[in-house]
Amino acid sequence: MSAPARTESLAELERLVAALIARGHITEAELATQQASTDRASPENGARMVARAWLNPEWRAMMLNSGTKAAEAIGVNMVGAPPLGVLEDTPGRHHIVVCTLCSCYPRAVLGYPPHWYKSFSYRSRVVREPRAVMAEWGHPLPDNVELRVVDSTADFRWMVLPMRPAGTEGWTEDQLAALITRDVLVGVALPKLPA
Amino acid sequence: MTPRFAPGTPVLVKNDWPEERGPCHIRTPHYLRGRSGRVERVLGAFPNPEDLAFARPAEKRVLYHVVFDQPAIFTDGVPTDHLLVEIFEHWLEAA
Repeated sequence: MSAPARTESLAELERLVAALIARGHITEAELATQQASTDRASPENGARMVARAWLNPEWRAMMLNSGTKAAEAIGVNMVGAPPLGVLEDTPGRHHIVVCTLCSCYPRAVLGYPPHWYKSFSYRSRVVREPRAVMAEWGHPLPDNVELRVVDSTADFRWMVLPMRPAGTEGWTEDQLAALITRDVLVGVALPKLPA
Repeated sequence: MTPRFAPGTPVLVKNDWPEERGPCHIRTPHYLRGRSGRVERVLGAFPNPEDLAFARPAEKRVLYHVVFDQPAIFTDGVPTDHLLVEIFEHWLEAA
């Protein structure tokens, strides 16, 4: 949680916006469009994309080829956003995403990053001992599964396409999407059926 | 822009430390400098962030996904595990 905005910082922001508009750098309409797309950014977008990939092989192939296209296909505005890549988990391979240099995160499809994603402890530990991090969070990974830690260092943003859990045969897209949390899309958790 | 390295090619990350020579903005993590890996795939070409960060004209450079064995980098790693990292071509040499 961030601290509430102070009156003086709000006044400063208003002066900045007014100056940018006055000098023709942005328009009110562009600002409104950007604000709407920021407000719409949420892990529900990523969850929808994954649920559809579990149900539809063609969609899955399209999404693995270009996460950006898949996001646009569910109505996410990706104009100006970095390219989105999708990491496919298989029975023998699991992915975890981190940005050791800063906090690169696929905001358009996952929303705002959680505080731990930006913490020094997550960023330094998950590259050296990812299995310990997963185990501490209640998701120990079997020894025969390869773990790939994806360090998001440059122009791409990454999300995980997890394995569909057993016991979800015949489920609808909405039911499946409800299983997919932000943490699952980062790869630090696995989809779990409700008890 | 033709990539110099094809998927599967063994590569070495340059053991270079521009940080010691002055202000810079480098997207190659310290823990990979001087380490060897393998090109997983070509991700495209992007303006060089080392120039972009200083508002200089930035030429496009090829960006790769490079895979590294985890225990070679971190001794507390597990042999089955890997690191997958975006590295620009000018940071890579043929291994």
